[in-house]
Amino acid sequence: MAVTTVAGVGDVSLARRGHDVKGRLFHLLVVLSVVLAFVILAALVWDMIAGGESVLTERLWSFLTSGLNSDPELAGVWQGVKGTLQLSIIVVAVAFPLGIGSAIYIEEYASDSRLTRFISVNIRNLAGVPSIVFGLLGLAIFVQALGGVTGGRTVIAGGLTLSALVLPIVIITSQEALRAVPSGIRVGALALGATRWETTRHHVLPAALPGILTGNVLALARAAGEAAPLLLVGAVSGVFFVGAQGTLEQILHGRFTAMPMVIFSWARLPAGQGWNVLAAAASLVLLVLIFVMNGFAIWLRNRYEQRW
Amino acid sequence: MVMRLSPDPSITTAALPARRQVNFGMMHPETRTKPEGGAPPSADEVIFDVVDLSVRYGGFTAVRDVALQINRRQITAMIGPSGCGKSTVLRCFNRMNDLIEIARVDGRILFHGVDLYDPAVDPVEVRRRIGMVFQKPNPFPKSIYDNVAFGPKVAGTRDKAELDDIVEQSLQKAALWDEVKDRIDDNAYGLSGGQQQRLCIARALAVDPEVLLMDEPCSALDPIATARIEDLMQQIKDEYTIVIVTHNMQQAARVSDRTAFFVTEVNEESDRRTGVLVEYDHTDVIFSNPSDERTEQYVTGRFG
Repeated sequence: MAVTTVAGVGDVSLARRGHDVKGRLFHLLVVLSVVLAFVILAALVWDMIAGGESVLTERLWSFLTSGLNSDPELAGVWQGVKGTLQLSIIVVAVAFPLGIGSAIYIEEYASDSRLTRFISVNIRNLAGVPSIVFGLLGLAIFVQALGGVTGGRTVIAGGLTLSALVLPIVIITSQEALRAVPSGIRVGALALGATRWETTRHHVLPAALPGILTGNVLALARAAGEAAPLLLVGAVSGVFFVGAQGTLEQILHGRFTAMPMVIFSWARLPAGQGWNVLAAAASLVLLVLIFVMNGFAIWLRNRYEQRW
Repeated sequence: MVMRLSPDPSITTAALPARRQVNFGMMHPETRTKPEGGAPPSADEVIFDVVDLSVRYGGFTAVRDVALQINRRQITAMIGPSGCGKSTVLRCFNRMNDLIEIARVDGRILFHGVDLYDPAVDPVEVRRRIGMVFQKPNPFPKSIYDNVAFGPKVAGTRDKAELDDIVEQSLQKAALWDEVKDRIDDNAYGLSGGQQQRLCIARALAVDPEVLLMDEPCSALDPIATARIEDLMQQIKDEYTIVIVTHNMQQAARVSDRTAFFVTEVNEESDRRTGVLVEYDHTDVIFSNPSDERTEQYVTGRFG
């Protein structure tokens, strides 16, 4: 039996035709994009580490546990961390249930009418509104109009403003998680004589929950990193001393700040007194906080994700 | 168990007859007389009486003017080419078409003489009486046990021992018990396609329906799994009325007592396709001696 070479069996040629220049160029381009993006990110992180290193190595604990202070040697981020956690709790309590509820209504209950589509499109538009605009909204509504309830420039007003900011994102990601549940699950349950509520409660929601939580935690991370809206609703950016801040009343109606605000207020102080070192160190703390949140979201997704 | 036949409690009679006796709480003129007392109903009792049924999706008529009667405890097959409306008709029998918002159903489907589309009829209760198995196996992403126990649970069964019993019996009826009894708490997604489909049948049987609707239940399965489902249908037909939609003519010929043959009519002007019922008869008549030429052409493989 004759061994045939790949190229040239009669008229059939299977040999490579020249070089795929465009293909290779494109390949190179996309690899370069990734490298560039990664280099920029690494440079940012490195800049923060290099800038804040002295504080983090010399007095990490006191930096984390001290309050704001006019002396850069003594100042710390504790109030910022605390404020960010308080704001996060409000966002979890307000934006998550409202957003998940809205998503369930739109996906599982609402009829596919023109109004529903109009609302859906506008939720998507809202997700693209700059955060400073939500700050103005928070100022007008939560600080001024509802000042009697929120107490004015308080952590409640800040938390509600951040909730409004991430609500569209929470709705959209929850909607997508619900939509990923195959319709066979729904019709299967309904065909057994389950009501819409029983179908949603026992099958659709549990199946969508990992995706919903993942999206919501990412939205929370976004809220934790925002400074602009808080600036408008009156988070403190200078030095402030609060009393014991022990009672709930003091926490809810006292003055508040958050990590991004702390970074912002330190970064704009004149250079040369060590404030920029503190700002870099505080940025790292915020970054770690957000990485932890995102890591939790990824863990949730990997742990519970349902593959169909 | 509390019967929820209609959303209006005032028309649900307090003392309902036995499970198999359907009473939607209102007397319909067409109510068929059923044997009084203990005499078992004859095998030919009509369970579904379809009268001038048409289904439209928006401005498009999917199927029109269907009239047929389905007998109790028989297997009725609906065959025909794609788009002939056989699945649409099947989904009317348990009001699954309600889930498609633009679907409009005209005409009547009488279930034991009660119009399923009467405003007083609750579709949730209809679906408890009339179960359904779908084309693609669609188990819940839960344990085998939870898949089967879900229906009885939402129907009100809370007792664990009773649920255990229902699960075992349903799985046995679906010829799946021996294969899964040692891993009843494993996720149903670990089962093969054929096993998943039998699980879906067990799940449907667990609510003790009177009718089982099967929408091309074997089209996603291999021939061996298909044969098992067909055997299973024969085993349970003494207890259940089965209506099956199938693309597979041999399957219809093998399993069914009666066969309804649908075709698609194309409107020359609008190019819209509408399904119509051509012929409905005993299965052997449809396959050996059909009265309509189109039926003959289809069953002999000359079109479709």
